[in-house]
Amino acid sequence: MTEILSGNDLCLFRGDRCLFKNLEFALSEGELLVIEGPNGSGKTSLLRAVAGLLEFETGTVSWDGVPVRKNFQAFRSDLVWLSHRVGFKGDLNILENLKFESGLRDSDQTRLADVLERLSLSGIADLPIRVLSAGQQRRVALARMLLANARLWMMDEPFTNLDKAGQVLVKDVTREHLLSGGLCVVASHQPIEIDGSTRRVTLQ
Amino acid sequence: MTTASGNHPGIWSGLVAVIRRDVLLAWKRPGDVLNPLFFFAMISTLFPLAIGPSAEQLQFSGPGVVWVAALLAALLSLNSLFLSDHEDGSLDQLILSPQPLPLLALAKALAHWLTTGLPLVLVSPLMAITFQMPAGTISIMMLTLVFGTVSLSLLGSIGAALTVGLHRGSALLSLVILPLAMPILIFGARTVSLAAADDAVAAGIYFLAAYCMLALTLAPFATAAALRISNE
Amino acid sequence: MWTWFHKLASPPHFYRLSAKMIPWFAVPGIALVVYGSYAGLFLAPADYQQGDAFRIIYVHVPAAYLSMMTYMVMAISAGIGLIWRIKLSHAVAAAAAPLGAWFTFLALMTGSIWGRPMWGTWWEWGDPRLTSQLLMLFIYFGYMALRTAIDDPLKADRASAVLAMVGAVNIPIIHFSVEWWSSLHQGATLVREGGPAMPVEMLYPLLANIVGFTFLFGALVLGRVRTEVLFRERRKRWVRNLLLPDGDLE
Repeated sequence: MTEILSGNDLCLFRGDRCLFKNLEFALSEGELLVIEGPNGSGKTSLLRAVAGLLEFETGTVSWDGVPVRKNFQAFRSDLVWLSHRVGFKGDLNILENLKFESGLRDSDQTRLADVLERLSLSGIADLPIRVLSAGQQRRVALARMLLANARLWMMDEPFTNLDKAGQVLVKDVTREHLLSGGLCVVASHQPIEIDGSTRRVTLQ
Repeated sequence: MTTASGNHPGIWSGLVAVIRRDVLLAWKRPGDVLNPLFFFAMISTLFPLAIGPSAEQLQFSGPGVVWVAALLAALLSLNSLFLSDHEDGSLDQLILSPQPLPLLALAKALAHWLTTGLPLVLVSPLMAITFQMPAGTISIMMLTLVFGTVSLSLLGSIGAALTVGLHRGSALLSLVILPLAMPILIFGARTVSLAAADDAVAAGIYFLAAYCMLALTLAPFATAAALRISNE
Repeated sequence: MWTWFHKLASPPHFYRLSAKMIPWFAVPGIALVVYGSYAGLFLAPADYQQGDAFRIIYVHVPAAYLSMMTYMVMAISAGIGLIWRIKLSHAVAAAAAPLGAWFTFLALMTGSIWGRPMWGTWWEWGDPRLTSQLLMLFIYFGYMALRTAIDDPLKADRASAVLAMVGAVNIPIIHFSVEWWSSLHQGATLVREGGPAMPVEMLYPLLANIVGFTFLFGALVLGRVRTEVLFRERRKRWVRNLLLPDGDLE
């Protein structure tokens, strides 16, 4: 199978501290990459650096065989990002926030009703984000991922703030995404059990 | 790298989306729009109280006062330009979107102008009248303020992007941006003074327009670079 | 070319090389400044209009010139550091900024002292050069304030580099606008400092001082960059080896 997302000889510093060096990974269609490690080991930093929010000291991340820094636009149109800061405006309601997203990236608004239904957000779609619970806000962020036509999902601690049903939901949608040929990179301190091809990077 | 196929949003759609979102946010929180206006009015009131009520003196200092007040009011509001985006994670989403970041930065600055600069321009005649400014001068003043506030929103967006997420951000923003904003103040205020003295004003207006164009072209790139650095 | 550049930019190599370079800047710098100052203060004839007061230009002009030149050095090296990600370049910008602020302050102070007998006032808003120098000082302050406000040194480097480049675009515009601003009221006397009419006995010491100050500036920047490099690389092995008690301390 061909590698879609790969990292070569990656080294990352935060301040004076070297978080890791000579790190390698490769990911093909339908595969999940789990970044593991204790608190402070640099899981989030690695994830942010792969996405392009941080700069690696050395090394190259490639997407479809081309270094990301040479075709970052192609990479970003295939990328959707989820973290504990959900990236929605508290004063706007769910629909307004998701509509804004559709101006930024390729997304399928025809599925909007189905997605909201599945995430149990239908009844509250016109409430401002700020009155929602942290778990509900997480679900709206999941809606962004489901609506986006993006091959690569990057998730930072996707289970935080979610109840049992929510956690099952995250696993279900991730599994479906992988089955449809998507890729997923997850940073998590708790073990993730998703059947399918899983690769792991463990940071110390 | 073509993104035109399918239902990929076009190159301007991110810009439009950001402007629409920020204006909508301002609409939902009118305080954010009104506070700089009150601040503007307050500063304009300070000067007559400090200088004295003599009509001649007020007429003489009016252009400078209105311009200083507009500059400070615009700076006050610039501090929060990227603050909420940084705190709620929207900035991550903007940086990681396939839309070119300089265009999104331009959109943020334009939205700031629509919600701060434009209202300032619109209420400035009220201040001018209290400074006994004649009607002909007022229209020139509004024209200089249009170019000046657009330039300030753009220049200030660089400073706001550089200082977002820093503890002493607001004081620092003024320290960093004020010296760079001097040409806008000088040309803006002097042009209005010249207009009041029935002198030629074309040079000042051309300069402000040229500065505005330069800021429109270059500032978004600096803001985008600064945002990437500050958001690390 | 590139390999040479990267070798120069490697901190240990720079540290060794700069130690050899500093005397090449410091010795001619000191010689020129000693000659220029002595000749300027004692040998040059008094100005027929300004008397001995003109002699302050032997400090004022080099300082004013270096306040601009330092900003250029700062902005260019910050730009190189930002674009090609060369840390040494950022260290140069960081080292140059306080020097630039000092030169600007010196130019302002000498200008003001000179203005006292000439204009009868310590400060004359009508003089565009004083006003631009004052704005220049604020720009340096803004740059240094931004740098110290950011905790992560790498982030501080890159953020302040953006600011330095924005400033480099703005400084000519600021100068132009201040000139235009002061040209509108005719009250101020424009000052003739130098110019082709200056006799050679006055001019040569001035040129010597300008060149000498520049050399001294070079030596100071190198020295400051060396400390900056040592501090930044304090966790690296080469610095530890260098600073071991039995190591070579040069």
